[in-house]
Amino acid sequence: MGLAIAFWILAIVAIAGALGVVLLKNVFRAALSLILCLLAVAGLFITLSADFLAAVQILIYVGAISVLIILAIMLTREVTQGSPSGRFRIPAFIVAVLFFAVVAYAMVNTNWQIATAPPLEPTTAALAGKLFGEKGFILPLEIASVLLLAAILGAIVLVREK
Amino acid sequence: MYIGLQHYLILSALLFSIGLYGALAKKNAIVILICIELMLNAVNVAMVGFSRFVVPAQLTGQVFALFIMVVAAAEVAVGVAIIMSLYRHRETIDATKVDLLKW
Repeated sequence: MGLAIAFWILAIVAIAGALGVVLLKNVFRAALSLILCLLAVAGLFITLSADFLAAVQILIYVGAISVLIILAIMLTREVTQGSPSGRFRIPAFIVAVLFFAVVAYAMVNTNWQIATAPPLEPTTAALAGKLFGEKGFILPLEIASVLLLAAILGAIVLVREK
Repeated sequence: MYIGLQHYLILSALLFSIGLYGALAKKNAIVILICIELMLNAVNVAMVGFSRFVVPAQLTGQVFALFIMVVAAAEVAVGVAIIMSLYRHRETIDATKVDLLKW
């Protein structure tokens, strides 16, 4: 029962934050609205008993990514111009509604193989075993670290003064 | 009342659709970047939902969500760098005015 109440509150906050991102005129307020949405998603991870992911969500998204985005907003000084919609506002709306209708139809009508086993808790040690253990995801993990290195180098090269 | 997999999937689809609308309709490059973050987050909700309800003892979906977070961090770093470089050279971040590659 408590889980259901938590889910509905967090879902409404997440959707309100997402709507704020696309509806607010001020870019800075849109970024703050994004932070609200990300925090609500972190709460949703807790209701799904993914405690490690909730902490990582707050650290990476709410901590690092939103700071980067706010820094970019401050440095480009386009806050005064707001975030107007382009010429394709109505086609984009139709595309988004059609996409939601198709995906929701598919999700509701698929017969998912729901398991009744209780979720694994706490997940931190189990996730570490998955990532680094035998028959785990060690190769994708190394590739991800190379990707991060390449992204850092690319960002430095792009913003460096010539 | 029971909260099942489909509640999380519908929520994820709704968040993804809102992000899709923003990414297609907005002109400001930073807002487009924010909307792409929103879409990646919606996918994470679906991944963790599958992990919780379909394979509760294996955590595979949570591992995928971790990798999505790594890719999102890399994407936002490079995206912000491109926007900075764009603003430095052309004094605008309006995505409709940056059409160097338009044929």
